Amino acid sequence: MSTSIIEAKGLSKRYGQTIAVDALDLTVEKGEVFGLLGPNGAGKTTSILLFLGLTEPSAGQVRVLGLDPLREPLSVKRRVGYLPDSVGFYDNMTARENLAYIARLGSIPAREAQRRIAQALDRVHLNDVADRRVATFSRGMRQRLGIADLLVKACEVAILDEPTSGLDPQSTQELLDLIGKLARDGITIVLSSHLLSMVQMICTRVALFHQGKVGLVGKVGDLARQVLGGSYVIEVEAGGCDTVSLVQGLAGVTSATGIGSEVTRVDADRDVRGDIARTIVEAGGALTRLSMDRSSLDEVYVRYFEQVAHAA
Amino acid sequence: MRREGSPFAGASTVALKEAADHMTSARIHLVILLIILTAAGAIYGAIGQIKASVGQDPFLFLRLLTTSQQPLPSFVAFLGFLLPLVGIALGFDAVNGEYNRRTMSRILSQPIYRDALLAGKFLGGLTVIGICLVTLWLLITGMGILTLGLPPSGEEILRGVAFLITSLAYAGVWLAVSLLFSTIFRSPATSALAALTLWLVLTLFWGMIAPLAASVIAPLNPFDPMTAVHQVEVSQAIARISPNTLYAETMLALLNPATRSLGLVFMNQLEGAVIGAPLPFGQSVLLIWPQLSGLVAAMVLVYTVAYVAFQRQEIRAG
Repeated sequence: MSTSIIEAKGLSKRYGQTIAVDALDLTVEKGEVFGLLGPNGAGKTTSILLFLGLTEPSAGQVRVLGLDPLREPLSVKRRVGYLPDSVGFYDNMTARENLAYIARLGSIPAREAQRRIAQALDRVHLNDVADRRVATFSRGMRQRLGIADLLVKACEVAILDEPTSGLDPQSTQELLDLIGKLARDGITIVLSSHLLSMVQMICTRVALFHQGKVGLVGKVGDLARQVLGGSYVIEVEAGGCDTVSLVQGLAGVTSATGIGSEVTRVDADRDVRGDIARTIVEAGGALTRLSMDRSSLDEVYVRYFEQVAHAA
Repeated sequence: MRREGSPFAGASTVALKEAADHMTSARIHLVILLIILTAAGAIYGAIGQIKASVGQDPFLFLRLLTTSQQPLPSFVAFLGFLLPLVGIALGFDAVNGEYNRRTMSRILSQPIYRDALLAGKFLGGLTVIGICLVTLWLLITGMGILTLGLPPSGEEILRGVAFLITSLAYAGVWLAVSLLFSTIFRSPATSALAALTLWLVLTLFWGMIAPLAASVIAPLNPFDPMTAVHQVEVSQAIARISPNTLYAETMLALLNPATRSLGLVFMNQLEGAVIGAPLPFGQSVLLIWPQLSGLVAAMVLVYTVAYVAFQRQEIRAG
């Protein structure tokens, strides 16, 4: 048996005239943290609903854990957990009751459910408020309760839709840590986001969505190479020397331009940071900053969509 | 290829949760309070009336439910008016509420079918209505025993149970209607208004609309007396589209054992009948069987429409 968790082939979904997902081909392997990346309305949520069998594809097919979500929805849904975009809970019930309800729907025996709920609440740090009504919960707490939901279900695959949207930086960090722990526990994670830095931090592979199509799939580093080509952009901040002329002579540097009083932008075809530092220091300059955001997903993203726009 | 598993796995879990929710919600408390108050008023009036005219009536307990004292209508008339309100209050935000709370996709991603969610909500609502009706009936019976000093007879209990079943079916129709509107309309306010409008039309105005429509469909010919009969029959058929009419007729036959017919009766059909003599329970049930099946059929039909609408709904819309 293959280790593919999700396998989509030519998966398409049309809502009337609009095409939400257009011939999607995608494979998610076991143990991955897979990021679905793209602007709002690019088809990420629809793809997720298709994976779960919550909506029927117009064409193509998808296999989740080797099962067809349309024909064997119960087996798929028993093994796959889903945390929807801005997840909701029953406000008039407590956190514990909400989880217990989900456990009963999943026909988990009461005693086992109780144990799992206590454990899950502990892991997401909601122990103290377990018996408070969810109506009083902040957004970050709700997202964490959503994670607890997945833990109670003990799913093999967790699909998270925009898990950090609308959260403050601290809650975002907490949630990312939780997701990281899930991944280390061996749960395959698929998450969608338009926050690139977050995806970059925790994803092993990402797929870039654009208007219902997957533009690029791969590791963040590979994507960067693919989209940005062999170009490295380095910013140098140094005082007390003529940085531009010093750097221009180095092997591998294609151009250097001053972009601020002491900031220079260097374009190179390889990583020349060491050489730059050495040159400046030897020339008696005071090197204050040397940075390269070579593998920044943000840049890949912006460049990629620029390229797509140009091609169109 | 068949889908795996039972479509009703999880339905009882949903039903229990819904019932518990309803039982603790302020909305239902208000509606129940309203019903209990009207019931107390109506029964109190009825007791006064019955005590004033103690006769040889073998069905005193049924009289409790059907006797009206001006200006109050009888308890059964109140129920015919208010039970729809209970059904609507229990169902108008059943489906769209899940979307608005953003719980729908999370619930449907659990290992259950959509069938279970809708069926659970319907059964949960019916359970609550059933509990309320039984409680109400027991309260009234208790009040009757205290004030009249008699226990109800076996036949009265039988008729009481039949009354409960019919009332449940009647409220079920309205629960299904509000469930349907909650599926069609995304906003609970819209769905509540739609259901209330239909309720007003069918309970208040239908009685006026039916004869009007009948006079258009089957005009009177002054030279042919049969056209008058025909018009009454058409009018009755139209009136019976409203579940309210069906319920009122059923109550009439069940709680007033002397009722022999719910339509027109000609003198020759009454030959040999002892007017005013009560029918046995079985005969009364026979009399209301079409009405009762009509109520149950309406409930099933409306639920089915809601079911189809819900199954075809895209989850993400909205």
